[in-house]
Amino acid sequence: MAEEKKVYTRTQGIIPGAVSGFCPGCMHSTVHKLIGEAAEELGKLDKLVRVEGVGCCGLGQFYVTHDETIAAHGRAGAVATGIKRSSPDSLVYTYQGDGDLAAIGLAETMSAANRGENFTVIFVNNGIYGMTGGQMAPTTLIGMKSTTTPGGRDPEKHGYPMHMSEIINQLTAPYYIERVSCDTPQHVIAARKAIKKAFQYQIDGKGYSLVEIVTTCPTNWGLDTLKALDFLRDSMFTEYPLGVFRDEGKKLK
Amino acid sequence: MAERVFMKGTEAIAEAAVRAGCRFFAGYPITPQNEIPEYMARRLPEVGGQFVQGESEVASVNMLYGAASTGIRAMSSSSSCGISLYSEGVSYCASARIPMVYVNVQRGGPGIGAIQPAQQDYMQATKASGNGGFRMIVLAPDSVQECVDMVYEAYDLAERDQNPVLVLTDGVMGTMMEPVVLPPMKTDEELAECRAKFMPRAIVGHPLGQQAYCRPGSVGDGQEKANIEAAALYETWDKDIRVEEFMMDDAEIVFAAYGISARISRAVVRELRAQGVKAGMIRPRHIEKPRFQQSQGYNRRRNVYPCTDEMGYRLCYPGQMPCQGSPEIRRISPDKRSGNEGRTGIH
Repeated sequence: MAEEKKVYTRTQGIIPGAVSGFCPGCMHSTVHKLIGEAAEELGKLDKLVRVEGVGCCGLGQFYVTHDETIAAHGRAGAVATGIKRSSPDSLVYTYQGDGDLAAIGLAETMSAANRGENFTVIFVNNGIYGMTGGQMAPTTLIGMKSTTTPGGRDPEKHGYPMHMSEIINQLTAPYYIERVSCDTPQHVIAARKAIKKAFQYQIDGKGYSLVEIVTTCPTNWGLDTLKALDFLRDSMFTEYPLGVFRDEGKKLK
Repeated sequence: MAERVFMKGTEAIAEAAVRAGCRFFAGYPITPQNEIPEYMARRLPEVGGQFVQGESEVASVNMLYGAASTGIRAMSSSSSCGISLYSEGVSYCASARIPMVYVNVQRGGPGIGAIQPAQQDYMQATKASGNGGFRMIVLAPDSVQECVDMVYEAYDLAERDQNPVLVLTDGVMGTMMEPVVLPPMKTDEELAECRAKFMPRAIVGHPLGQQAYCRPGSVGDGQEKANIEAAALYETWDKDIRVEEFMMDDAEIVFAAYGISARISRAVVRELRAQGVKAGMIRPRHIEKPRFQQSQGYNRRRNVYPCTDEMGYRLCYPGQMPCQGSPEIRRISPDKRSGNEGRTGIH
């Protein structure tokens, strides 16, 4: 009889036994796991600093084992700038949703990217404000209903979805920009790889990285978990195509 | 031998901060404090520090929040309408009990106001620098030398209390030049010692099981506990109260003033004395809780003239200062703790 071999252990980046407070079908918990795994594989859990945005991502504060601070809504880019500049050896990442990063924090997001600050941005885009109950986000799709666009997002009144990876890709300084998702095992593996790569670039002092993760919000989309996945693939990926927008590290090779 | 130099107020503030150990500065241009970020942009790289020109005051104060949460001495400065935008970050620092120092070089207001010096941010500085009812020590210098001394001291107070400290000065002191004695440069060892005390809380990365977190907010009854603790801290500040008395021994007419108005009042007192009028002045240096009754000899019958460079608000406002002589003020402020009810006139 073959000896049993343990091939998977939960990352130490998450409190042992902790149960996340995220809704069923939400991908936040997967993303937290990937961040813990990436930092652990790099041997940097003891240097890892999380700058948390405001929104559902804030629930992560009860879930992670590494150092963390909570930024005011939208200010994670500025807070991370202060931390990384004052403590260059720390491995700093911001964890922000679409309202945080692309609406209230747009100035801080763009300016930190434009300065090429040496930290990593984990941007979770589900096209809606989750924590506050389903209001329109800058990334809400055209026609998509939210509590503040009850008739669906109308470009005449509300403008168009903002493509943050593409927008930040217009700047000169960023080093690495990739959009991923967590809907299939393949995509989860790709997302972990992207996060790990972004962390590695930071460790190497390369500068600003953005990993955008397109995810679901079954609760506020008003869909069950499987239908939410369908909507993600049929509509969200059409508006927000996955892929690498910039990888300066790859260019060099 | 202490160095004596001729310096502009804003630059002296910046140099004093560097000597106190400030190694991170973020700020946004606004008159009349532009020389502080400009000086820091030149000076900080010389001492291994970091200067960032923020994209806004909102960003700058949040950079300050981030930098200070790593345990280093950090600073930011702005002026009046810019300071309004600091409310968010200052409130977060107060909530998370992050020690940091910031400077308001006041200009006129409200709104964008005017770039001329003013003292109109007194209420904001002492009572409501952000949401949530927190308080801070507010230092009010009346000379370039005191700007230097207070900025230097501010870091010790901030670290002692684990709370923000505001230095409230104005466009006169910011833009004028005076001879100053600069304090000694803190050594790397001294600064490392300060930082080491904060290290368990510093957001820099820790081994597993020693997680540091900075939570400007709480769940359950945590916020209530934090607020009770903070309120207990604020009560300890009575011991810090320092009031300058000028020609108060036999004064019958008293000017109450802080900052630049105190300098003007001092000149007026001298002039009145030359004319045989028994005038005097009291000046709080810490203005977060002015308690003039602790000033020796204040508790007598005399007339108090609040003198601040502002229109709508007086330093001796009912309920904040123990000046309850007028019937109107007595009606508004039934507080009799001062013990000088009916004996002091406010004009």
